[in-house]
Amino acid sequence: MGEWMVKLIGALGAYGIREILSVGRLGIFFLYTLRGIFISPGKFWPVVKHIEFIGTKSFFVIGFTAAFSGMVLGLQGYYTLSKFASEGLLGSAVALTLIRELGPVLTALMVSGRAGSAITAEIGIMRIEEQIDALDCMAIDPYAYLITPRFIACIIALPMLTAFCDVVGIFGGYAIGVDLLGVSAGAFWDGVYSSVVWKDVYMGIIKSLVFAVLIIWICTYKGYYSGVDEGSFGPEQVSRATTDAVVISSISILVSDYVITSIML
Amino acid sequence: MPPDDLIDVRGLKSFYRGRQVLFDVTFGIPRHRVTVIMGASGCGKTTLLRHLIGLKRTGPGQILVDGEDLGAFSEGLLKTYRRRIGVLFQGGALFNSMSLRENIAVPLKVHTKLADETIRIMAVMKLNMVGLSDFSEFMPSQLSGGMRKRAGLARALAMDPEILFVDEPSSGLDPITAAGLDRLLLDLRETLGMTVVVVTHELESAFKIADRIVMIDKGKVIVLGDPDAVRGCTDERVQQFLNREADTHQINIDSYYESLLDKEL
Repeated sequence: MGEWMVKLIGALGAYGIREILSVGRLGIFFLYTLRGIFISPGKFWPVVKHIEFIGTKSFFVIGFTAAFSGMVLGLQGYYTLSKFASEGLLGSAVALTLIRELGPVLTALMVSGRAGSAITAEIGIMRIEEQIDALDCMAIDPYAYLITPRFIACIIALPMLTAFCDVVGIFGGYAIGVDLLGVSAGAFWDGVYSSVVWKDVYMGIIKSLVFAVLIIWICTYKGYYSGVDEGSFGPEQVSRATTDAVVISSISILVSDYVITSIML
Repeated sequence: MPPDDLIDVRGLKSFYRGRQVLFDVTFGIPRHRVTVIMGASGCGKTTLLRHLIGLKRTGPGQILVDGEDLGAFSEGLLKTYRRRIGVLFQGGALFNSMSLRENIAVPLKVHTKLADETIRIMAVMKLNMVGLSDFSEFMPSQLSGGMRKRAGLARALAMDPEILFVDEPSSGLDPITAAGLDRLLLDLRETLGMTVVVVTHELESAFKIADRIVMIDKGKVIVLGDPDAVRGCTDERVQQFLNREADTHQINIDSYYESLLDKEL
């Protein structure tokens, strides 16, 4: 029994130390990434390339998600509001829900699943194949070369994708509410214009910026340190890192969404 | 330190996850010569190489480069040192998303202000040195393992390093390609005065190119000297390695049962 307790306490202590070290390393990783902005090589073309990957290539999946979310909002909103004879408020309901909440969150979740996982896997493979070590040995800062361009690209791409998601979602709600269920088009747009204020738009932008930082920070970190803690570098470590990256970034998005909303409302 | 030693390893100990891998390793790497670090698989060669290229920080012991302690280098000094070295990793460590020419252009683009056309010509010249000029636009995934290794060597030579570290250059190569690579390493020493450090367990290649051989067994240097001195060494383990004799295990039945049952008998 005594030996068992000692082992348990030892394991808990080791776990605690490992987690504390990991948090410290996460912070240092972030600082090195920011420092990378000021270190060669130039970032313009790499950032453009990554905006294409994170942003342009996500348009279809985000457009699709936004359209159907907007349509569901239109449908649910219409039947809920019709109970109070307030169908005219459908435009407000759809627009506010999308701009404040669903747009930033859905976009971030989709980017995390599509681009974030790919980024983790790509950097993880670079780690296990010694490509990151090779960068170090060529006196090239791996943060400046690999992480910082992706970081900047994600921060630029996500707010744009969020805006796209908002617009497509509102049109999705319009298509169902106005074209299918017969709400007046004038009432729908009047609801949108009258209820959405700049604060709602700012909130959406701030959320998407915070989500962008979280996604790219977690996904690049997980890829960069694939297998480092285990001390073995193989496909299993990359696959675990990719799963962890998507799960942790998704949870972080939802938690931070609540925190930002509670602060800004 | 003898005046011709560029790197001096003194009493180096190394640990990996609590297990000691290197025990008081001491030897010198002469300037403008080929030094071969030789030993059986798992003897600590690659760990030693990682210390020499600054990827693993030295703990107990020292690695002196031109008399300066590598372990005490600041980040800036480490970068300066790494600009003096070229490293060929065991698998080549080429960037999968780039063609061979782009791979070789990476250090040139980051560290020089040469025009793109000049960089392109230099990259093709380096590929020509390793017999791959016809494959400059190929992606690493389109090449054989041996070709990837040669391309990795071309990239390691991109910045005309003063010291070249090569990890297992001949493993997995056909005899003709391996002989060509050996010839290239000797040419680099003779024409450019490069200091070459080769980690290998290939006996034929080692004795063909080495000016100095460091043989390691179970983390300890067991013989150090020129190829003739190593051949003449009477140490049992050295002769076993040179004569390619298999280990004969003396199994202790009690300890074998204990290891199976995970308890003392």
